[in-house]
Amino acid sequence: MNVRVQLFAAARQMVGQEAVVVNVPDGATVGVLRDALRRQYPQLSSILSASLIAVSCQYARDSMPLSSDSEVALIPPVSGG
Amino acid sequence: MYQITNEPIDPQAVLESVRSPMAGAIVLFLGVARQFTAGRETHALEYQCYPSMAGQKLAELEAEARRRWPLTAVTLVHRVGHLQIQDISVAVAVSAAHRQDAFQAGQWLIDTLKEVVPIWKQEHWADGTSEWVHPGINRPKE
Repeated sequence: MNVRVQLFAAARQMVGQEAVVVNVPDGATVGVLRDALRRQYPQLSSILSASLIAVSCQYARDSMPLSSDSEVALIPPVSGG
Repeated sequence: MYQITNEPIDPQAVLESVRSPMAGAIVLFLGVARQFTAGRETHALEYQCYPSMAGQKLAELEAEARRRWPLTAVTLVHRVGHLQIQDISVAVAVSAAHRQDAFQAGQWLIDTLKEVVPIWKQEHWADGTSEWVHPGINRPKE
């Protein structure tokens, strides 16, 4: 299945896109998606290990299963305020 | 209530939004764009947010603060886009019957906002370079 991942801040800058589409096996977890992102976008590897992944606007554990219509975002360490 | 805005934050309006006959104390925190960070000069700042999640997280912060402290009103406002030095980037206003609750809730709200709300700051340094700030990656956590 294809999962669309929104990118922000340095991650967006590194890829040059606001979102990427990553192909993962059906029912893949957040952890599987994280590994697939690292393989397909090696420029993200430094930021990926420090980032959280949000599913449906909530921070998700790596064990959480995804579906193709999940709203997914890569959340690098935040710096608002 | 919460708001994410591209427009300048009016601190007086934020203050008025939490004023109430029930409240004997109001705490207002303003985060302001700072000119110097560790000796390095900032020319301007750019804030980017993940709008749907940032809004949800701000609403959760208000709900959690109201659960922990007896508050009369809470207003959280974060500005995004381009900011000049001394512009207000964030405002937290809390009112309560008594000051201890207002102070504690205000401190908790701004500290937790900075940890969990998906908003990012880009430094535009005076030397012409720029960088996204990601605590723990490219700069020690403040």
